[in-house]
Amino acid sequence: MNFNNIQNLINTLIPSLPSWIVFMSAAIFISFFVINAVVMTGALTVWLERRLLARIQSRLGPNRWGPFGLFTPIADIIKMIGKEDIVPSTADKKIFNLAPIVLLVPVLLVFAVIPMSSNSFLGQLNIGILFIVGVTGFNTLAVFMAAWSSRNKYALFGAMRGVAMLLSYEVPMALSIVSVVLTTNFILNIEGSSLSALSLVGIVEAQRIPFFILQPLGCLIFVTAASAEMSRAPFDMIESESELGAGYHTEYSGIKFAIFQLTEFLAPVATAAIISVMFAGGIRGLSIIPGSISLIAKIFIIVLIFIWIRATWPRLRVDQIMNFAWKFLLPLSLINIFSQAVLLQIFLSSSSISNTELWIIAGINWIIAAVSIFILAKVFGHKGRAKNIPIPSPLANMEFKSE
Amino acid sequence: MSTILYPENLLEILPDDLKNSINDTNSDSISISPSEVLKFAKFFRNDPRLQMETIISLTGVDYIEFFEIVYHLRSMKRNTSMIFCTQIFDRSDPNLPSVSSIWRGADLQEREVFDLMGIRFTNHPNMSRILLWEGFNGHPLRKDFEYIDLTDKNNAS
Amino acid sequence: MPLKTEPVTINLGPQHPSTHGVFRLKVTFDGEQIVDAEPVMGYMHRGTEKLAEERSYVQIVTLTDRLDWVSSMTNNLSYVRTVEKLANIDVPIRAQYLRVICSELQRIASHLIATGFLMQELGTFGGTPLMYCFREREKILDMFEMLCGARVTLSYMRPGGLIQDAPPEFWERLKIFTSEMPGYVDELESLISDNEVVLARTKNVGILSDRVAVDASITGPMLRATGVRWDLRKAHPYEIYNSLHFEVPIGSNGDTFDRYFVRINEIRESIKLINQAVEQIPSGPIRTEIPYFFKPPVGTAFSSVEAPKGELGFYIVSDGGISPYRCHIRSPSFINLTVLKDLLVGASMADLIVIFGSIDVVMGEVDR
Repeated sequence: MNFNNIQNLINTLIPSLPSWIVFMSAAIFISFFVINAVVMTGALTVWLERRLLARIQSRLGPNRWGPFGLFTPIADIIKMIGKEDIVPSTADKKIFNLAPIVLLVPVLLVFAVIPMSSNSFLGQLNIGILFIVGVTGFNTLAVFMAAWSSRNKYALFGAMRGVAMLLSYEVPMALSIVSVVLTTNFILNIEGSSLSALSLVGIVEAQRIPFFILQPLGCLIFVTAASAEMSRAPFDMIESESELGAGYHTEYSGIKFAIFQLTEFLAPVATAAIISVMFAGGIRGLSIIPGSISLIAKIFIIVLIFIWIRATWPRLRVDQIMNFAWKFLLPLSLINIFSQAVLLQIFLSSSSISNTELWIIAGINWIIAAVSIFILAKVFGHKGRAKNIPIPSPLANMEFKSE
Repeated sequence: MSTILYPENLLEILPDDLKNSINDTNSDSISISPSEVLKFAKFFRNDPRLQMETIISLTGVDYIEFFEIVYHLRSMKRNTSMIFCTQIFDRSDPNLPSVSSIWRGADLQEREVFDLMGIRFTNHPNMSRILLWEGFNGHPLRKDFEYIDLTDKNNAS
Repeated sequence: MPLKTEPVTINLGPQHPSTHGVFRLKVTFDGEQIVDAEPVMGYMHRGTEKLAEERSYVQIVTLTDRLDWVSSMTNNLSYVRTVEKLANIDVPIRAQYLRVICSELQRIASHLIATGFLMQELGTFGGTPLMYCFREREKILDMFEMLCGARVTLSYMRPGGLIQDAPPEFWERLKIFTSEMPGYVDELESLISDNEVVLARTKNVGILSDRVAVDASITGPMLRATGVRWDLRKAHPYEIYNSLHFEVPIGSNGDTFDRYFVRINEIRESIKLINQAVEQIPSGPIRTEIPYFFKPPVGTAFSSVEAPKGELGFYIVSDGGISPYRCHIRSPSFINLTVLKDLLVGASMADLIVIFGSIDVVMGEVDR
């Protein structure tokens, strides 16, 4: 199902309609379908996250409303819609009202280009990955809009941290995408495919073996940078519940807060979708399972990993996060691009391509990944729990016997 | 087992000039006049036989005729503890030199005594109310404190 | 062009997720760095000392529960010991053993809460370590419920002994608890102590030197984290601590990690203490009967115990009446806050929360 199919369907059902009406109605149908499906996925993720966190923390989690508490998110949403929508009197009202929408729309737009079958909803966009990088860049703006317009110091603190962090992590994220595009381009050229290396369909097509096996370093960098981009633990700087109250959306309430929450829970789904397309082969999988099912399964496995990380890792400090981006991830991503380019040039220069060559590249990449991470961790990492034996201070002597 | 230094032990250690300015001794503490507090405190802290480096507790008691400020000291080095106290007879503006320059631990405790008992410690870096709010009338731990109705708008300042 | 930043003043609290109650900090930031911090307390001042002047000696036990509500047992112990010292009441040996067992259980519960909330403040969402800590604390609270019917505000002790003897089920549960607890502590530690992010966030954060700590009357795990080996249970053994063997864990340089680490090790030592006490406990009466409105002789008494947060002392002045003439509480949480400003200035905002969490204060005890 994609845009062209719907247009053809409308044309056959009601012939002789003006083409712009066909275009508009197909667009509205697709948007309606995608937005509803995505929002329901968000609600499901809320439930999944709460239940899974509860399992990890040996609690029960929401289990009252519906089977296994499945309807809890719906009750939450109804409650939040029913709440009063407060706009602080000193807030910049236009921007204050606009910020949640600016935050939500890019996340929805990401789903438009994800190839759920052999094609994506919007048809084959041949700059799909650039589109994703472009629209996800909006969240920096939205966070700052929300914080600045609400005139709250806590919010401003969150946004200041957030903007610094989000901008920093765009760099390693983009660089890890570059290496994916590079590999795709090589493979598609050799295969003689007409697909663009920047299109997500092309990236899926090129994954004879999944890219997380072919270039583990790139996958690791992308996952790390992406979890910073959506500001989840251990990078949840813009919210930092224990420090800043609620961070950038401190002043929001009612349906706007609901939109923020929805975005927060949709972001992992969107990110997982991008990761599974770029690194886990997208719709590729077992031949007996339909491609979309296997993609959805991959998405949820990655979401589960994100939840797992969130349940176990504390938050880093903002300076440590910046250090991590510039001193650790940036060198790693440069190493990744360089080694990938060299390996591709050496092994894939012939006119035909076989899987053995790809497996050799994968093996070398794993070794490079392990060695470079080990060395960089030794250089920049924490020295671990120092085994220094505590020396009792001379200021106290409990066994002192007065003469 | 830590040793408690009773007045008779202290009298052995104290030099003559300090010994003469002791007002009174009872079974477990020595009593000195308010003006001598700093001199004694410096001695207790610095004397190598005492080394009272920690002030465990500083508190005041309102005996109606006078206020008594009680200092509980401890030496963690020598595992000993001792008590000394001082009496202030001025009820209208009781004041006392602050020992927070000698023991930092006295800082908050002196503010608490000021807040609840109304004894002003001179030379304290920040002599202000700590538990009650600024503008509260009176000092609750004094025996002549009159209860006020906080629900009354006129009193709840 | 020279960069110019303006300091920003933020009110942290009195309503803030990480202030352990209603505590307010006026903090001035230069960017993320703290340039000035002023603690403002008293939002929870209930006048415990004044209330105590109007209650009988037995009734005050219930007031002490509400000082530090995560360690009511040690609060009770400190108060009843002072009254016993004032009135020269002898306590039966069995009661003393039970008191030690209870206060060590309470110490475990309190340290679990301190550790859990420290991890919560480090930002583990929903607090997986916090939930693990609470799971173990629930067991202790269940045991307290067997002893006295209450879970948090216990009032289990009385001047002269305890309100009642422990039921047989208590001993069975205690046996299970002490055999399982070391494993849980190891599990908790493996989750926390080797975590790279925890180390990065707590090592060399909020360093307190031993000299400043002794000078500022800091007590409890915060003092021991600086390397000062001082524990009232060893230095001035009360009850039957003399006949029990245990170590006093200390830290190396007094940073946030050391404070956490001392607490974890103290939990281990407490389990050892409980095991020894359970082995040695004799049978016998558990209370020296005193009248409800008993009148101690005229005099003063100061006595303190090693509460989980530090040295908790009571100074009671008796005029021979049925209620104390003056009852001063030397509360560790309050006095440990003396050095708060030193620790905070120069740290960043994220450190503020962690440092404050590692001091482990309970506002009921700070404001009294």
